[in-house]
Amino acid sequence: MVMTLEERMRTVRFQVDDRPHIVVDAGICKDCSVQVCVYVCPASLFVPLDDGGILFNYEECFECGTCYIACNKEGAIQWSYPRGGYGVTFRES
Amino acid sequence: MALLSKEASLALVQRVNRLVGLPNGFPPPEEPPAPRERLQAPGTRSAEHVDVAVIGAGPAGSAAALIAARAGLKVLLLERGEYPGAKNVSGAAFYGSAIMDELIPHWWEQAPVERYLSRRVLSFMAPETSVALDFRSARFAEPPYNGVAILRPKFDRWFADQAVAAGAFLLNAAVVDDVLWEDGRVAGVRVRRDGGDIRADVVIACDGANSLIAKKAGLQRQFHSHEMSLGVKEVLALDEETIRERFHLNGNDGMAFEYIGSITEEVSGGAFLYTNRNTLSLGIIGQISSLVQHKRRPYELLEGFKAHPAVAPLVRGGTVREYSAHIIPEAGWNMLPKLATGGMMVAGDAAALCFVAGLYLEGINYAILSGIAAAETAIAACREQDFSAASLARYETALKARHVLGDFHGYRHAPAMVNSERLQNLYPAVIAHAAEQIFRVRGEPKQKIMPIALDALRQHKVAPVELLQDMLNAGRSFGW
Repeated sequence: MVMTLEERMRTVRFQVDDRPHIVVDAGICKDCSVQVCVYVCPASLFVPLDDGGILFNYEECFECGTCYIACNKEGAIQWSYPRGGYGVTFRES
Repeated sequence: MALLSKEASLALVQRVNRLVGLPNGFPPPEEPPAPRERLQAPGTRSAEHVDVAVIGAGPAGSAAALIAARAGLKVLLLERGEYPGAKNVSGAAFYGSAIMDELIPHWWEQAPVERYLSRRVLSFMAPETSVALDFRSARFAEPPYNGVAILRPKFDRWFADQAVAAGAFLLNAAVVDDVLWEDGRVAGVRVRRDGGDIRADVVIACDGANSLIAKKAGLQRQFHSHEMSLGVKEVLALDEETIRERFHLNGNDGMAFEYIGSITEEVSGGAFLYTNRNTLSLGIIGQISSLVQHKRRPYELLEGFKAHPAVAPLVRGGTVREYSAHIIPEAGWNMLPKLATGGMMVAGDAAALCFVAGLYLEGINYAILSGIAAAETAIAACREQDFSAASLARYETALKARHVLGDFHGYRHAPAMVNSERLQNLYPAVIAHAAEQIFRVRGEPKQKIMPIALDALRQHKVAPVELLQDMLNAGRSFGW
């Protein structure tokens, strides 16, 4: 009964804000050889691009902070919380 | 039997600590950076004013708001989620029932409690084997109960409602972006909305593990990735009768499983499983630096945990109701922020008051205790109209009086010990290997335990010096 991440993510409720609360500077990511954000994000929101940059989508973010704590490139991730009432809304956890 | 005198045992402990070769006390915490430009608080007439502004309606915030409101203070409780608990994730085993009983007598009769935890199982995991310590107590199944299983969106909502009933004003969907300053001390909060500057005599930051406010106020430094762990979790639906039968439970009794060893493969961390009324809460915890080092995706480790032969039968047939993730401050004493400054205190996970030490996995109880201590300090400050750093420094005394700082100091060596490579992966494998040799029947001569243990140590290439050092270190972390 292996579940894909996509199936898992469908169980979570997100109230998507029209403004991103996290901004990733893909220019800085191009200089990063490890790009650990790709692995550690529990929602897998960081996608490596062919040009060496990172594509980030904030919409299904858990707001956990793992990405900026793991990131070793100063200034690559600008992190804040979404507007009040927006973002992830846990119902069961 | 004549035991050592207190002085003699203390001297012995100090000698052992010296022998282990690690310092007796950790170096003083790193200084947080000086706060960058400070927002000026608006004039008294132009803004709303409260006695106490509490940031975050989790267990620390609601406890603080409840106590301060009961004392007649004007309390504003600010929650960034749609409702309290909307942003919160815990296991969640709550080992603070007796503490809560003092705040709200017989709280379990009205609160959304899932099950009373009367059995705890700590398992040392190897890929195909596991060895467990299984503890049950009938006394834990009686009021006031030792621990209970809860679901945070329900529990936090209920607890915040208690603060509201005591007179606190709860504002949901309100993100606090910064604190406001006046005359060198914190004098309010900036809520992200029009006219969101609110003056407060005391600000209590209870904004969780990822507290941006403690950093913005200059009380907490940047985190290191080895100090923080990521937990990913699932809530699985199973019907109530299946849970009772599968886990051998009476009525509303419940159990807590905790796992260390290879359950998170090479990653430092662990796993948990708690029984709720008609769901199971389970997840894995991985140290962020270790996830980075081994380039592991957390949800793949979660999948591996669920597939382990010791776990799979427990979760069989359960359907995922919700997936979630949250970080956990794990370095305890070594990452405590500056706890107070003029006009402001930090409590709960925001103050890194999360007690993670292998045998223990506690946070909500310390959150509540620190919330109470902060509120009592705020009440005294309001009575004396003295909100200076010196006045609020009494928060530390209050935390000591409630044994919070003592607990964290006493176990200050444990987090590094628990997350060490050998304790995480080597020793559980040795224990499991030895247990298998002890229990396996081959029709050959029965070996005694010592040669089996020595063989297990040899096969796993345990260096005797390291083993001795780890035993002494474990003793220092947990024993004395």
